[in-house]
Amino acid sequence: MREFWIIFKQAFTTKAKAKSFMITTVIMVAAIFLLANVSKIIDTVQDLTGAGQSQNVLQVVDTSGVLVDRLQAQLAQGKDEITIEEADESEQILSDKVSSGDIDSFLSLSVDGQGTIHANYTTMSMMDFSLPMRIQDALQSIQAEMKAEELSLTGAQVQTLFTPIQFEQKNVSPSAKSEEELNQARVLVYVLMFVIYMAVIMYSSMIAMDVANEKSSRVMEILISSVSPVKHMFAKVLGIGTLGILQIIIYGIAGYFALKTSATEVPGGFSDFFSLKDVSISTLVYAVVFFLLGYFLYATLAALLGSLVSRTEDVQQMIMPMSMLIVAAFIISATGLSNPELGYVTYASYFPFFTPLVMFLRVGMLDLPMWEPLLAIFITLLTIFILGWFGARVYRGGVLMYGPSRSLKDIKKAIQLGKE
Amino acid sequence: MSLQLENVTKRFGDFTAVDQLNLSVDKGQMYGFLGANGAGKTTTFRMILGLLNANEGNIAWNDNTISYATSPEIGYLPEERGLYPKMKVEDQLIFLGELRGMKKADAKKSIDYWLERFEVTQNKNKKVEELSKGNQQKIQVIAALMHDPKLLILDEPFSGLDPVNVEMLKKAITDFRNNGATILFSSHRMDHVEELCEKLSIIHHGKQIVSGSLRDVKRSFGRQNVRIRSDHDLTGLDTVPGVLTVAHSVEGAVFQIEDEKVANDLLSAALQAGPIRHFEIEEPSLQDIFIAKVGKEYA
Repeated sequence: MREFWIIFKQAFTTKAKAKSFMITTVIMVAAIFLLANVSKIIDTVQDLTGAGQSQNVLQVVDTSGVLVDRLQAQLAQGKDEITIEEADESEQILSDKVSSGDIDSFLSLSVDGQGTIHANYTTMSMMDFSLPMRIQDALQSIQAEMKAEELSLTGAQVQTLFTPIQFEQKNVSPSAKSEEELNQARVLVYVLMFVIYMAVIMYSSMIAMDVANEKSSRVMEILISSVSPVKHMFAKVLGIGTLGILQIIIYGIAGYFALKTSATEVPGGFSDFFSLKDVSISTLVYAVVFFLLGYFLYATLAALLGSLVSRTEDVQQMIMPMSMLIVAAFIISATGLSNPELGYVTYASYFPFFTPLVMFLRVGMLDLPMWEPLLAIFITLLTIFILGWFGARVYRGGVLMYGPSRSLKDIKKAIQLGKE
Repeated sequence: MSLQLENVTKRFGDFTAVDQLNLSVDKGQMYGFLGANGAGKTTTFRMILGLLNANEGNIAWNDNTISYATSPEIGYLPEERGLYPKMKVEDQLIFLGELRGMKKADAKKSIDYWLERFEVTQNKNKKVEELSKGNQQKIQVIAALMHDPKLLILDEPFSGLDPVNVEMLKKAITDFRNNGATILFSSHRMDHVEELCEKLSIIHHGKQIVSGSLRDVKRSFGRQNVRIRSDHDLTGLDTVPGVLTVAHSVEGAVFQIEDEKVANDLLSAALQAGPIRHFEIEEPSLQDIFIAKVGKEYA
């Protein structure tokens, strides 16, 4: 056991003391703060440069002569900061101006014989969605008003005509999530899912790299002459796993403070979508559980694969099938984010290599009976043990194998060598 | 205190890497292990270390099998560099020392002693990849010696060292031997084996083709060399019966002969040609033996 902790300590400290580790951690923490406060920063920048204030005047050509003022009044009711201005120039000249980029857009209005408003919005920018939409809404209500006048309806009568129906959805399950809760859960689950995905892919390839590194530098031969390969493998997996947990805890604390500093912020910020009060404890607990499961599952696999190559250059190629599995799991759970009740999401959540992400998605989004996540956790644990047992056998031989080994066929060779 | 290998055989599939190997090394003895590349030396070492299991035969250290429990007693120097390139020398040696059962404080003391002895104290806080090849080798040697092992397994210990450092290392190894350690080492350099080892083996394609004490090996080889220096032409001597090969040089010639009697014939034949300046019967060098036994196939 003594050797186990020596290897564990070595795997942990050399990585934790490495400059690259510290730099990544600092950059990530900075990125978290940046992301949480992004709207604050954008506001500040806009205040300083005065950007975003330019396109506030819309030129309107009105042939009916009655619409400009009403449109102005209608838009003023909303919080639109746009001013409507009757154009002095003809439509042709304005059209040319739009083409040459002197103005962004203009609007031409007319009313036909039936009293229907015709509007033409001319722009060069394909990205101009919201303004035309608002104008359309405004014109729609103007038209409704005009028609009501024509039919001599009172304002109250018009309003009764347009009364929306009362529709409310109700779920009778005791722990069911309301639509609002579901949206909040979705953001939390997505963030955590992404963290699990990134962490698993990062740390497992770190392990494969480390093992291959020890092989290519031939330190391995010295190591396994004083500690058994199996002990070495598990000490390494645990050492780097601890490093990963430490790093995620740092990110977690950074995220907490970042959200706290941005919590009192103007609407539209990140905290609007994701605030601390929405964080459900059970989702966090599941996140930790599934991160650990995912890590140990893939780390064991990575150690096994890393032991098969003798040059670090071949590592990426060797762990490719494994990376594919993680990516597939992520894609399944990402598509399941909008509808976690899809059949294939349910099935995939029991496949051990997908469980850490897909079952986490389901458990975070849906109201599952307890046995479902427990069954999936059990299957994954079982797989980890089988993989650990199998991996240890491959590892024993793999670490002694040198030469141009870069295919999965070498697993058989490694087991053979390990037995001898 | 001794290392015993009895009829050890190792097969990888159809390929026999080591075939019926026997050797024993006593306490305070140094055993030389010679062989061309791929002869099976490293496989033998790995079996002794317990990294591979033998298909047949027995390996015993003090009548026990070697396991991880005995690893603190063993020092191993692999043929190729086995160090973390990016770790600092001291950290690395502490780590390897701890793995061999040392306490951290003892490891530090030992590291200071050996760095001093090998005159590389200035490298204590450098990364291994920053060191020259020879200095890396010294660090590797320290890793094998620092925990004061009783059994030393050295795979090509002198490779990459300049003559001054070779002497330094030889001294360190002979000190270990004099303190009663059991030492097994392999080398391509016959002169080192000849100088250091009481006993040796030459293995070829996994088979032990020569083994025993240095003196017996030389005796049983039979052939000897006669070195004659003369100002006169010695080419007439090539045809003396019993002469196997001749190498002429400016000063004279070296004759390889079947047995000692031929030396007398050569001497009288040489005197007939003219006065000689030097006459010597030499024992065959290990180099000669190795080339005669192994080299034929390469020629």
